[in-house]
Amino acid sequence: MFLQGAGGDSGQVGVSARSTVSDVRCASMPDTSATSLIHARGLTKRFGAFTAVDAVDFDVAPGEAFGFLGPNGAGKTSTMRMIGGVSPVTEGTLTVLGLDPARHGPQIRARLGVAPQQDTLDNELTVRENLIIYGRYFGLSRPEVARRADELLEFAQLTERRNDQVEPLSGGMKRRLTIARALINEPQLLLLDEPTTGLDPQARHLLWDRLYRLKQQGVTLVLTTHYMDEAEQLCDRLVVMDKAKIVAEGSPRDLIERYSSREVTELRFPGGVQETLDGQLDDLAERIEWLPDRVLLYADDGEAVAVAAHERGLRPETVLVRRSTLEDVFLRLTGRTLIE
Amino acid sequence: MTALVGTVGRVFEHRALSYRRTWRSSIFTSFLSPVFFLAAMGLGLGGLVDAGPSDTLGGVPYIAFLAPGLLAATVMQTAAFESTFPVLGGLVWNRIFHAMHATPIEPRDIALGHLAWVAVRMTMISTIFVAVIVAFGAARSWEIVLGVPAAVLTGMAFAGPISAFSATQKTMEKFNAVFRFGVTPLFLFSGTFFPVDQLPIFLQPIAWVTPLYHGVAVTRALSLGTAFDDPLALVVHVGVLLVFVIGGAWLTVRAVERRMIR
Repeated sequence: MFLQGAGGDSGQVGVSARSTVSDVRCASMPDTSATSLIHARGLTKRFGAFTAVDAVDFDVAPGEAFGFLGPNGAGKTSTMRMIGGVSPVTEGTLTVLGLDPARHGPQIRARLGVAPQQDTLDNELTVRENLIIYGRYFGLSRPEVARRADELLEFAQLTERRNDQVEPLSGGMKRRLTIARALINEPQLLLLDEPTTGLDPQARHLLWDRLYRLKQQGVTLVLTTHYMDEAEQLCDRLVVMDKAKIVAEGSPRDLIERYSSREVTELRFPGGVQETLDGQLDDLAERIEWLPDRVLLYADDGEAVAVAAHERGLRPETVLVRRSTLEDVFLRLTGRTLIE
Repeated sequence: MTALVGTVGRVFEHRALSYRRTWRSSIFTSFLSPVFFLAAMGLGLGGLVDAGPSDTLGGVPYIAFLAPGLLAATVMQTAAFESTFPVLGGLVWNRIFHAMHATPIEPRDIALGHLAWVAVRMTMISTIFVAVIVAFGAARSWEIVLGVPAAVLTGMAFAGPISAFSATQKTMEKFNAVFRFGVTPLFLFSGTFFPVDQLPIFLQPIAWVTPLYHGVAVTRALSLGTAFDDPLALVVHVGVLLVFVIGGAWLTVRAVERRMIR
């Protein structure tokens, strides 16, 4: 099962049938354009001389939760906008739901749900009116859109606020409304650009729960995030983007196995001591990373590393043994330099 | 074609839904504005003008001269307002245009739906205005009824080009200039309050190429009942307005597309 951590247990039944499909896909990278919901080869986006997306290849299978992980400016949003049929492809091939966005933008968008990074809710309208008018953009009849709006208010836990203006809602409520709105046309594919950025932990977990339910219902999710826990929670498979390119692809567990170790031991030494260690740790781990304030040792058995260090007479101030996470993968692949 | 009407109609529907929130105060303002202007300038100032030589305005009372001109000028002002802030709002502030674009609606539909809504707003305002003109006894012909479409045409001659301009802006900074150096001088000097031949001779050609001059000429001729005496002049005036309306709509579609498809 691809899903790890909280929420994984409840979803076993719903996901298993589909993850078999993606297992097969992952095993060998065949030409999957016939079965893919999204198929990209050499996909490129340039704005003048600036290349936002540089010849990326990826496929998204039906029912999958697929993530674009990467630092700010990596090209995630530009990729999403091309998939969403609102931004022309500069070069390469892209098909979405089997159609070419350049020629069938409106037809593709009719079957997509889009939750953009920046809210585009209408603050002058009420919560419910926002859903209604958005449904009308898709040409749905008034009775139909009213029925769906009430269902979605329930789903997004906004029924009590249905007749309130949007403006005073909390960030979490607005984001839930944005996602509810994106579902009004019962999309086959839901695009979520940084769905939980800026939300508090309660709001994030509620949103994850809702997204997880959608996934169980068979909605294909494509999301961008720079939160590792979000990617681990939600994504069956993801690509890591950096500087307009895809630098790695796989399930969260694959990526951790490939680019990190099972565990990480973090040693923090008293001031000045770290500089005197000189070689004493080198053979303890598969890989060692020296940060200004601590040393990270990547190994399969973190506890053993800590014990070995102690046996050598090293006395760190604090020792932390933890499981390796996507964050380790991410930092390894995209570096620790601050990206502005 | 029907598909286009459908998608444009949905954009229009959004604007109408938003308008529902403020329609009472909006209609009230549309009614008060002509009442105040016609009372102050038509009756107050007009009393002085009419006391002068009787052939000043071709023997027409000032209020009868002023009212139809003011109709065209007021509609222009509102059209300019409706074509600045709501356009920038949809693109930049609340980004509603982008929300629409995430659905089957195309930027072209957004541009045309916006203009369609402005046209309906102009129709509301000019209908109320014409009713007030009639109530003041300032119309001299039943043809004033045609003043409604004439005023809408005048308003749309501004709505197009100004919406196109707004769609190229990132902030509202330059809107002040549009009103201060565009809308206000036109309001004052396009024949609304006095005949254009009162202007210095070198300024008159400038008045001729602005749509408001032609709009005022049409509404005034209709109100005075002289519009069909000179069919050629009528055709020229309406023709100029149509060029601005159609050209402006084309520019708006282009500007919104260039802004949103990138």
